[in-house]
Amino acid sequence: MRVTLTLLVAAALLGAAGWWVSAPDPLPAAALAGVTGDAERGAALFAMAGCESCHRAPDDQGGEGPPVLSGGRAFLSEFGTFHAPNISPSPQGIGDWTDAEIIQATMRGVSPLGAHYYPAFPYPAYRLAAVQDVADIAAFLRTLPESDAPNRPHEVGFPFNIRRGIGLWKALFLRDDFVLQGDLEPAVERGRYLVEALAHCGECHTPRNALGALDRSRWLGGAPNPSGPGRIPNITPGVLTWTEEEIALYLQSGFTPVFDVAGGEMAEVIRSNTSRMTDEDRRAIAAYLKAVPPVAPPAP
Amino acid sequence: MPVRTALTRYALACLAGAIVATSAGAQPSPEQTALAIRQGHMKNYAAMLGVLGPMAQGAREYDAAAAQVAADNIYHLSMIDQTHYWPPGTAQGEIEGSAALPAIWENMDDFMAKQEALADVASQLREAAGTDLASLQAAVGALGQACGACHQPYRAQN
Repeated sequence: MRVTLTLLVAAALLGAAGWWVSAPDPLPAAALAGVTGDAERGAALFAMAGCESCHRAPDDQGGEGPPVLSGGRAFLSEFGTFHAPNISPSPQGIGDWTDAEIIQATMRGVSPLGAHYYPAFPYPAYRLAAVQDVADIAAFLRTLPESDAPNRPHEVGFPFNIRRGIGLWKALFLRDDFVLQGDLEPAVERGRYLVEALAHCGECHTPRNALGALDRSRWLGGAPNPSGPGRIPNITPGVLTWTEEEIALYLQSGFTPVFDVAGGEMAEVIRSNTSRMTDEDRRAIAAYLKAVPPVAPPAP
Repeated sequence: MPVRTALTRYALACLAGAIVATSAGAQPSPEQTALAIRQGHMKNYAAMLGVLGPMAQGAREYDAAAAQVAADNIYHLSMIDQTHYWPPGTAQGEIEGSAALPAIWENMDDFMAKQEALADVASQLREAAGTDLASLQAAVGALGQACGACHQPYRAQN
């Protein structure tokens, strides 16, 4: 009888602890106080953050005009298929959200109703961004065309369909520190901010563990391509031997040093993200990529 | 001179490829031949871009005559009808060395439309290359985008 009671109490405590640990963890109000977004600044930041390549309509190959962020693209993973939501400024999108709600969603992965988002949304990277930059992006989102496309539910099996479980995942894996540490040159520091936070390069270029979290010990060391055959390349000095100038030119034009042209997802990244950055920022990314610890290629 | 260097390099690459193919002994299959031809076609583009790219990027001095030769070649390459380049059975996984995605054969009309879009851009490049550096830069940028527009859906990550 006593053992049963002890077990029951222990289970209740464990459950309470789990419930507490898995609770949404938004930014404190103080972090958002007095922050007002600047849409003009947000246009450039929007490109750096690569929002468009995931949230644009699937049949829209990207043109000159402002993108319609209707969502609808499907992203395959080991855990199921995720569908990018509508983030256009309509009632179906983020039209009725406050700036604070957009910032909490982007940086903390918490919805306006307090639910966890799946980390297919790269908030583990955006978490490291500056609140002001995200506020500026939010202001820019409001200037884009509206779409009334409905959101599609994600197709995720048990137990990953329990949203509360994402809270445990977050407690285990979210980090508030950059991977590259130490005294950094200003350009490398800027590159670190772009690669690790806004442009979220690590999301594709870093391998993941069994629970889908990035393996920071093999940061940017290459990973299987989740959406098809082939691999996303290792871009550490362990494999990438291009000069900084060559890396910067590739990010601007898509041309490799031997004048091949980028394909796959990287073609879209260059088109809607890195080609719209300043030369200075592309060089900063190149400088950062030269500074990260080399990850050796797999033995032949 | 830079054109000649690039062409020499290209010819050597073709020769090396031919030696490797011959030393393999057996006659290449029609699929292997198609693969070799289309990959050679792409390398030809790259060789010509090896002339234009560094000029556009400021790594080599602008030379109107050399730029015109390379742009003419790119234009003529883009005019070749590629129907015979893409027989069935030559997608990635179906034949060794192919990075062509099966999506090509599922969307052949779109695939061919992208070739035509490239030909349009190549024709503009041909007009621009000998004019001045600024025109060349704009045209090379547009060409890179046309290459990427097709590589993105139809070539495997590599």
